[in-house]
Amino acid sequence: MAFNAIDRTAKQIVLTVQEYSLFAWSALLDLFRPPIYWTDFLIQCDIIGFGSIPIVILSGFFTGGVLALQSAATLSAFGAAAVTGQFVSLTMVRELGAVLTGIMVSGRNASSIASELGSMVVTEQIDAMRALGVDPMRKLVTPRIFASITMLLMLTIVADAFGIAGGAAVTVFLNHQNGTQYFHMAYERLRYPDIIQGLVKPLFFGYILGSIGCFYGMRTTGGTEGVGRSTIDAVVISSVLIIFVDFLITHVLLSIFA
Amino acid sequence: MTDSYAAMSSSPAPAPAERPVVCLHEISVAFDGPPVLKEISFSVAPAETRILLGPAGVGKSVLLKAIIGLIRPQNGSVELFGEDITLMPEENLFPLRARTGFVFQEGALFDSLTVRDNIAYQLIQEHVSDEEIDARVHEALKFVGLEQTFSLFPTALSGGMKRRVAIARALIHSPELILYDSPTGGLDPVTSNTIIELIAKQRDVHSTPALLVTHRLQDAFSLCDHRFDPEQDRMVPLPEGQFNRNTTFLMLEEGRLIFDGSLHEIVHSQNTFVREFLK
Repeated sequence: MAFNAIDRTAKQIVLTVQEYSLFAWSALLDLFRPPIYWTDFLIQCDIIGFGSIPIVILSGFFTGGVLALQSAATLSAFGAAAVTGQFVSLTMVRELGAVLTGIMVSGRNASSIASELGSMVVTEQIDAMRALGVDPMRKLVTPRIFASITMLLMLTIVADAFGIAGGAAVTVFLNHQNGTQYFHMAYERLRYPDIIQGLVKPLFFGYILGSIGCFYGMRTTGGTEGVGRSTIDAVVISSVLIIFVDFLITHVLLSIFA
Repeated sequence: MTDSYAAMSSSPAPAPAERPVVCLHEISVAFDGPPVLKEISFSVAPAETRILLGPAGVGKSVLLKAIIGLIRPQNGSVELFGEDITLMPEENLFPLRARTGFVFQEGALFDSLTVRDNIAYQLIQEHVSDEEIDARVHEALKFVGLEQTFSLFPTALSGGMKRRVAIARALIHSPELILYDSPTGGLDPVTSNTIIELIAKQRDVHSTPALLVTHRLQDAFSLCDHRFDPEQDRMVPLPEGQFNRNTTFLMLEEGRLIFDGSLHEIVHSQNTFVREFLK
């Protein structure tokens, strides 16, 4: 009995991975094939991008602040408190800005995409769209993925900036260090490979959160309860995938820039 | 068909040589369990209205969706407008679907769009000018008697109004085939009559072929023994003993098509299930 359950679950996982791969590939191709619904793209940019600015600013600012607090305590033990700016900016730009924004936006938007599309599925609105001769992949999925990629890139830059600003605020007002020195170290030690690393990741993360949100939304079954399940799955899977893909990209980029 | 069941529709009965709009050949549909539809075959001729009867859960809606490729059959073939769509890629199906109108069970209106944008959905995708859209939406709303709802959102409409908006959405593009999925299900008798009147109006004024799914016998028989009178702008009964010859019946039982014929044939059917259902 237990073996059967494991067998069934394993098959289900393989099937889901297969379906997602096909879905993600088709969605990726649609990004480059007309028609592209630019109005829907701009609407999604507004929802996904501008709507997420407050949480990205707040989480970026306070993460930068925490980094400065924690690092200053450790670095001062070695007499290196002056490099707090370098530590915060490198960590935010190379890693945390992208990952943090990816996870925050995923929590907000993968869930909203999954629940919106899931509700449309269970109320037959997706079928109605297909019956009206409009492709839901092009009309609903492509603009959401395209907007997720574009806006996550922008939001990551915002998170990086506010993370460094948060670190500066802690350094100046709590650690009573020199602000000019902080910004000098933060700027001086940044290299192009660091910035490239930080800006390549959100492209992947945006694609992941957009495609996972759409995938789980579009395969919703089981009424309103199913919508809830899809929403949870979308957030959990996209967050875990973002961290996993971050590891892979970091590994690859470090080997390239080394 | 006997002489007593004379043609009384505003359109003539289809000539036998005319190509059917829809033709199903032994289609079977299954999901995860046992088959929902088993070897279903029938056709819909031009200007013909077919009424698909059957109790809830026998696969009527699935059958309707299979006709325009929203659900693919595991066996058999589906022809729509003379083209075999059984294995047709989804992107090739969209132009064919755009030629049909589909009224979903609960309306399936886009709840984030106004009534105007719902009805004009296809026109908006085709970049039709706003002035033309507004004019055509007003005309469609006038057809279903809901002109006052132009700017409202679907959440502000009653169940019956949603169905009528859904009918307007299905009709705005002058479809060559209309599929109605239980358009009167769960509605009060007055609203149901209004909707049946709209279906009769489309049948008798525009001669659009249709497939109507219902489990309400009174709706089916109303369509047979009434016609739409454009002068009075309402449905009027046909003279005693006369019925619309272009309106015929299909009946499903547990996924199988157990009846395909005229009103005369269904009321005189010896099939136990049919007789039980008609009681």
